[in-house]
Amino acid sequence: MTTAQETIVLRGHIIDSLILAKVLDLILMMGGSFDLDQVEIGRTREDPSHARIIVRAPTLATLNHILRAIQPHGAVVEREYDCVVQPAPADGVFPDEFYSTTHLPTEVRLNDTWIDVQRVEMDLGITVDLQRMTARTVPMADVRKGDLIVTGQAGVRVVPMQRPRERDVFAFMESTVSAERPHSHVIADVARRMRLLRDDRRAGSGQAKVLLAGGPAIIHAGGRDALTWLVEEGFIHVLFCGNALAAHDMEADLYGTSLGYALTVGHAVPHGHAHHLRTINRIRAIGSIRNAVESGVIKRGIMAACIRAGVHVVMAGTIRDDGPLPGVITDSMQAQAAMREAIPGVGLALLVASTLHAVATGNLLPAAVPTVCVDINASVPTKLADRGSFQAVGLVMDAASFLNELARQLGRSL
Amino acid sequence: MSRLLVCPPDYFDIEYEINPWMRRSNTVDHVSAVTQWHGLMHVLEREVGAVLERMRPVPGLPDLVFTANAGVVVGRRAVVSRFRYPERQREEAYFEDWFRSVGYDVVTLEPEFFFEGAGDLLGFSDCWFGGYRQRSDIRVFPLLSDVFTREIIPLELVDGRFYHLDTCFCPLSGGELLYFPAAFDTDGQEVIMERVPDGSRLVVPENEALRFACNAVCVGKHVVLPAGCPETERQLQSRGYLIHSLPLDEFMKSGGSAKCLTLALD
Repeated sequence: MTTAQETIVLRGHIIDSLILAKVLDLILMMGGSFDLDQVEIGRTREDPSHARIIVRAPTLATLNHILRAIQPHGAVVEREYDCVVQPAPADGVFPDEFYSTTHLPTEVRLNDTWIDVQRVEMDLGITVDLQRMTARTVPMADVRKGDLIVTGQAGVRVVPMQRPRERDVFAFMESTVSAERPHSHVIADVARRMRLLRDDRRAGSGQAKVLLAGGPAIIHAGGRDALTWLVEEGFIHVLFCGNALAAHDMEADLYGTSLGYALTVGHAVPHGHAHHLRTINRIRAIGSIRNAVESGVIKRGIMAACIRAGVHVVMAGTIRDDGPLPGVITDSMQAQAAMREAIPGVGLALLVASTLHAVATGNLLPAAVPTVCVDINASVPTKLADRGSFQAVGLVMDAASFLNELARQLGRSL
Repeated sequence: MSRLLVCPPDYFDIEYEINPWMRRSNTVDHVSAVTQWHGLMHVLEREVGAVLERMRPVPGLPDLVFTANAGVVVGRRAVVSRFRYPERQREEAYFEDWFRSVGYDVVTLEPEFFFEGAGDLLGFSDCWFGGYRQRSDIRVFPLLSDVFTREIIPLELVDGRFYHLDTCFCPLSGGELLYFPAAFDTDGQEVIMERVPDGSRLVVPENEALRFACNAVCVGKHVVLPAGCPETERQLQSRGYLIHSLPLDEFMKSGGSAKCLTLALD
């Protein structure tokens, strides 16, 4: 964690006496910050009030300095407990009362020490290793009988995100979704971030990957060339998609159509509806998308660019898939695990024109990862934004317009 | 009828230094101290009409004379003080014994909660104020609030010369407050202005505050205070109070005056 924190309680006639205000002032004046976790105001004049305050400071030394200053005003450090762990009763089963994670940075207390939980992700459990003094999230399906799982709320604390240093569209810590607001400044901020991340990545940063999760509408709507360009220029490092995006991308390369529609003239071509099936069949015959690209069968497009640029591609299947293409993971839990493996190091996520992949990816991302969700249906960005305290920006617009504008801002000339 | 606990100054002296007023080199004139104490008792008994309960003084406890710090008494219940300084902690047992001997229901606090009795807890009928930071621990007031079912507003004391609330804050029977604002931080001053209406706040000038004008005993319309505080006296007289100003400078050598030498029992 970059900050130190402690929970304090104040009790008594703390409101009218301005004691609460004084304590909060002291915390701020000394360089700390606080969250009023709980304030109970006495019902009558005689009843005392009660406040539970989380105090944070940039360093442990500052925190201790603050605690010493507020203690004479009645601030008492709340007694802390280690987290309670119980063994998992069976493979794939958490103990009752297991702690369910959020997507925010989380710490657990083991042997009087607060330690970071690794691989923050929402809706999982936390397993601890008492020998190594480590803790990490664990999906329900991956838990093994006897794994020590954190239960209850004691000894677990969630650290709200700090305001990002950058002054851009992500800096306001609010999840915004709007069809009305102009998009160009949002896209400009996204482009600026992507340029910075590419620079960081070239400088060796392991936390500078850009993830794109996309649906086939990218191809249908005319965003294929722009996305291909973004991949070729090194702006995209992880691609999450399904069978369809890959199939229609390669269909476009082989037949010039997307789901049978000629991409250049915009009408259906005879027998075009079978083009994507023929594409899938062809790749299945070759054995893999990589082979198809390396043997020159697939020459251009998103998948070809991804293979050449070494982009980490995870293709997750669904029950409506044709084929599927080789490499599509048809077991949902395996697909989820493969996506999860690709998350560490992601510094920006673009979720474009896919409800399924956008929501699945959103669930895997820590809250600290800035996320842009683009969809012509406002319900998708809204659903993601509803996850709360999330650096998510929703754009209600079509995928091709977004990708074309993004590529243009990043220097692509038409 | 008011009952006050007092303790004769047989062993009063300056044997240690635990506040800015105390100087061991500043010798107490014992004869003068005894005379001043008896003068105060005479006024309290004969002119004010108070009933005095006398504790037996104890050798080696020079500050036992300051009975305001014995504890706080409401009805039949007494909370015994927990002194901050070890020098005065030895007084606790004697005060507790006295409360028990006369049948009070005695409440004792955990040792870590410093509380110096009526020296730091004063108020009006509906609202009490607790002085903290110098001697009493703010955390004691919620406990006392539970014991007595009263609102207790903590006030931070920011000037070491006014180390107990009763050295700078004196509620009067008519609802007025005699006080020295600079002994409190701005929050405390604001709270006092919020709780005590304009016109009821009698501000003591600094030179008189330093003579402990606020360390006064108010019984009905009588106010007993140290001599040498003419502006304070003028303000009190204009409100219809009867003034009894007495020489108590021997006790000022120890940082105490009229109020410190008494504890209201009723």
